[in-house]
Amino acid sequence: MSGSREATVLTTTVDERRATERPQAQQLKWALADGWTITLRDLKHWAAQPWQIVFGLLFSVMLVLMFGYLFGGAIEVPGGGNYREFLLPGMFALTMLFGLEATYTAVTTDADRGVTDRFRAMPMAGSAVVMGRASADMLNSMLTLAAMVACGLAVGWRWHEGVGATLAAFGLLLLLRFALLWLGIWLALVLRSPEALMALQILVWPLGFLSNVYVAPQTMPGWLGTLAEWNPLSATVAAARELFGNPGWGGDSWVAQHSILMAFLWPAVLTAVFFPLSVRAYRRLSR
Amino acid sequence: MASDLAVHVTGLRKRYRDKPALDGFDLDVPAGTVHGLLGPNGAGKTTAVRVLATLLRADGGKAFVAGYDVARQPAVVRERIGLVGQHAAVDEVLGGRDNLVMFGRLFHLGKREAGRRADHLLERFGLADAGGKPVKQYSGGMRRRLDLAASLILRPAVLFLDEPTSGLDPRGRNEVWAAVRALVADGTTVLLTTQYLDEADQLASRISVLDHGRVVAGGTPDELKSRIGGDRIDVIVRADADLVAAAAVVKGIAEGEPEIDPDNRRVSAPVRDRVAALTEVVRVLDTRGIAVEDIALRRPTLDEVFLRLTEVPDERES
Repeated sequence: MSGSREATVLTTTVDERRATERPQAQQLKWALADGWTITLRDLKHWAAQPWQIVFGLLFSVMLVLMFGYLFGGAIEVPGGGNYREFLLPGMFALTMLFGLEATYTAVTTDADRGVTDRFRAMPMAGSAVVMGRASADMLNSMLTLAAMVACGLAVGWRWHEGVGATLAAFGLLLLLRFALLWLGIWLALVLRSPEALMALQILVWPLGFLSNVYVAPQTMPGWLGTLAEWNPLSATVAAARELFGNPGWGGDSWVAQHSILMAFLWPAVLTAVFFPLSVRAYRRLSR
Repeated sequence: MASDLAVHVTGLRKRYRDKPALDGFDLDVPAGTVHGLLGPNGAGKTTAVRVLATLLRADGGKAFVAGYDVARQPAVVRERIGLVGQHAAVDEVLGGRDNLVMFGRLFHLGKREAGRRADHLLERFGLADAGGKPVKQYSGGMRRRLDLAASLILRPAVLFLDEPTSGLDPRGRNEVWAAVRALVADGTTVLLTTQYLDEADQLASRISVLDHGRVVAGGTPDELKSRIGGDRIDVIVRADADLVAAAAVVKGIAEGEPEIDPDNRRVSAPVRDRVAALTEVVRVLDTRGIAVEDIALRRPTLDEVFLRLTEVPDERES
């Protein structure tokens, strides 16, 4: 800032300087503060609608009970273990996948109601809108995951490989959620319609089932099995089973053998693709 | 560029894939006035506001708001504007006060200052009692007032209102109008888009009529009304059968071709010398034995001006 010598600076000049030469540290500070304000907004939503969280959790619990006890008896677990031991890592990953719908709904609702436009017409950091969304959704997913874990422990699921491996498994699950966040934001900004959620669900459910969550890909017709094995969800699920020490399907294919690597790689690829696409879609709102 | 212009636009162009939305749009709004942007659906009103509010980039032309180029200094412009869009852009789940505090924080007010400003605005817009209630429970008029309040947190120099009363009942409309009038008393410059002619008439000191992306007419509401002639005479007959006869009488006395509105049994025509015309019409109708329900002299409505200027087929009944 070299303007201190100009004793009589016009207001416009000062303003222009403020706009163009705002120190980067200052910008970052505001971006973080704004991001936090947006996160806080979502936390307040939870407080205002606790039943919505409760229903969300109940849905997950219901899935665990339904698959664990209803269908579980019909499925043979490799090594003859407890089906619920096998099932829970898959349910955790499914919960991460369903988070996509929450992200999509939140972003399209804001766009639809004009809230996104209001944010964009305000002197706040543009990145804050996205950062706030990301942190709120991640917090939400952590909460849901914690509830699923509690539910799993209640029905007999356990981890067996020590704290480090267990935390790594949770880390991989959240990494998948983080990657799907950008897919959700991108879809929302491109489709821009809350009604398209139905279409999204039609996409999400097969993605959930066409995986190793419930049944072994080896039992599927050849090409379908390959597809299921290469499903990003399957990589995370297989890796989580391995790290928790829960029974898994195994498999001879390269993907099945390298599930932990793939559980890193897939989210990295998804993020590398959809993060820039989301940023681009956000910028294109002004076209 | 004159420095007292809050909005200064020249030759603005914006094209969407299939058609031009703005096609050489010009506008000057002096500071401290309310300017109405009037036009049918698809005339380019919203596009114009979105460009001025830095939400949309124009393809060509220049636009200055509060003295700053919207394309080059959007960040500075954003510190000086408020925007009320067609939907109440507030968080439905949060309470009114929480909304205002959140937006205040995003405007980078301190925590205490944001709270103070929120309370002040709630008070001012008659929402103090509803501040804690979730916005979901608000009426349409209350939402819009909250929306308006959220746009005023930073005391903007220029406020954009994009069809602020669309979808509101008459009561909500009056609430919003009162709020806008109060703003103007404070010296805020307002650019208002509307399809409701009486709204422009009620609020705006000057009006630009927009059609196909450009201004086709402008002036004060009175100037626009005088564009299509002076006073008009309306004759409402008692029986449908008399309508044609009454039209013939009016035609003989009035300045132009009378318009016949069969649904309301009304004949309407422009007149030059109002009192003489009125007397003459009454006398001739009486001698021909045509029973009349009502006769009135009036200024043309903005509807008539608007329809004339934008050449929209007359579909509405008033």
